[in-house]
Amino acid sequence: MDLENQRRVKELSEKYGAENMVIVLGAAESEAAGLAAETVTAGDPTYAGPLTGVSLGLRVYHICEDEMKAEIAEQVYEDQVSMMEMVLDVDSIKKEMSAIRSEYCKF
Amino acid sequence: MNSVIQATGYILAHTPDLLVHNGTTQTAEREHNPESEYLRQIPQHIRSYRQVVEYLPNQTYIGNMTPEELARVEQPWYDKPVENASRFGTFGEIMPQDEFLLLLQACDVFDLVWLSTAFVSEALPRLAAHPLIGEDILAKIKTGVEPDAIEYAVSQEHAEPLYHNGLLVGYVRRAHDFDPNLSAHIMLENLVSKASSVLSLLHVVHQAGIEKNAISYVIDCSEEACGDMNQRGGGNFAKAAAEIAGLTGASGCDVRSFCAAPAHALILAASLVSAGVYENVVVTAGGCSAKLGMNGKDHVKKGMPLMEDVLGGFAVLVGKNDGVSPEIDTAMCGRHTVGTGSSPQAVITSLVTDPLDRAGLKITDIDKYSVEMQNPDVTKPAGAGDVPLSNYKMIAALAVKRNEIARDEIGAFVEQHGMVGWAPTQGHIPSGVPYLGFARREIMAGSIARVMIIGKGSLFLGRMTNLFDGVSFVIRKNSGGQEESAVSQKQIQGMIAKAMREFAENMMREQG
Repeated sequence: MDLENQRRVKELSEKYGAENMVIVLGAAESEAAGLAAETVTAGDPTYAGPLTGVSLGLRVYHICEDEMKAEIAEQVYEDQVSMMEMVLDVDSIKKEMSAIRSEYCKF
Repeated sequence: MNSVIQATGYILAHTPDLLVHNGTTQTAEREHNPESEYLRQIPQHIRSYRQVVEYLPNQTYIGNMTPEELARVEQPWYDKPVENASRFGTFGEIMPQDEFLLLLQACDVFDLVWLSTAFVSEALPRLAAHPLIGEDILAKIKTGVEPDAIEYAVSQEHAEPLYHNGLLVGYVRRAHDFDPNLSAHIMLENLVSKASSVLSLLHVVHQAGIEKNAISYVIDCSEEACGDMNQRGGGNFAKAAAEIAGLTGASGCDVRSFCAAPAHALILAASLVSAGVYENVVVTAGGCSAKLGMNGKDHVKKGMPLMEDVLGGFAVLVGKNDGVSPEIDTAMCGRHTVGTGSSPQAVITSLVTDPLDRAGLKITDIDKYSVEMQNPDVTKPAGAGDVPLSNYKMIAALAVKRNEIARDEIGAFVEQHGMVGWAPTQGHIPSGVPYLGFARREIMAGSIARVMIIGKGSLFLGRMTNLFDGVSFVIRKNSGGQEESAVSQKQIQGMIAKAMREFAENMMREQG
């Protein structure tokens, strides 16, 4: 995950409390989604950014997961995300995301 | 009347020592983790010049094989050398590092680049044999300095070392004692961009078969910034490169928008020419030393060669309608606006379907889409996936949503309207433009009629905005109309002026 984004996530978590944060990802590949999810839960696995050794355990979802879809107005989702749903390997992203959440999410 | 694509030039420069010493992945590693396993392993993963020439995507970039021929070879490509590969291609060349370092010096007009006497005497005959490098450029190369002077400049004067085959052969000195924007590091990056742009300009002029002084204007669309501490991005790379390339009749300017800049620049060039402001415009860009070896850690980890070992460059000549060359249809430009949003769907809609809708065309009416044509051999092992393929899938998915194709036709659409990527991961270099040379050839041969060029850029990297960027345009078969030559236009203007003058003189006489 981009170091600047890690810094933002860290600062926002400190400001609003980790329990009040939800991270929404838009990565195109399950591996990339998994890495970003791991970064905001267990800590930066590449040991490069501000979240190195910081286990925030945040709630984290990919935009194509059902939990997110349920939160978004149908037409907005249709206009903004449905095309990518057709392109991405959504099943493998869902699998990766729920595996990371069940292992590291604290909320 | 639409302007046309008259010629294209595509060049690569093999610069393995710049990769090791100047690529940001390597410089950052050296700074933060000097004993790293990655740095230790780099030498075993460097390719020879021969291997770089024989590399399938590189042969495609300079036009010696088509994207279709490349697609027929199973990936990965790095272990399948092309037999009888040649340095020069239909569109340009792959320059070796020693000649490029000499060209780098020829591009320096402030005595910043110095090379060793031994290196110059060894390499100069090879550059002198180059068919497009004339006496004007060769005369700018200095005889050289002794090794002691190089050692001293590097160790004592903050100079940036230049290596060849692992040996210290020269340096770039800083252009100011304390101005960070004129540091040796920045001067090297800027001169690298300039030199690869110059080589691209030489090739495009050669391809076009026109006199150098016939070029009116040059637009540089690379991703570097030149200036001093009071105007960090003052410019102008375009005019600086045009000077060395001998384009004495040209002015120019720089256009920037990260990787979207080449498409922006081509739209501007097409508009300037069709509006009659300039007779012709060359859009040019040199390469980026910072991006060399960008994904190197992944390549080394996977036992692959460091394939980001070439600088890329290109130049495209946009001219008045000659009745033959493919037209740039400026009525069909797509643009990502401030209000478009950043979801991929919104981006693709703004760039692809909005302009098509205005022209009453369907997604399938475009024969080929040229998107971010990054070489998947480089990006896939680095976890970035197959970039062109993802783009084509998005366009296909949009076609499904618009009921233009069925969902089970996505694969066939990608095959028919898409291509495999072959361009080096040099940011702006792979962005839409690598296909222009082939597109010109295919459209003129009648095998395709319409191509959409799409450029996208990550503006947020500059931390000035969170916005994304992109523009697109369509090139199509020439409709057969030919613009009157500029000479006759000028003649007409001259005749009108003369008649007006005579009329005024008569009036004055009558009044007097």
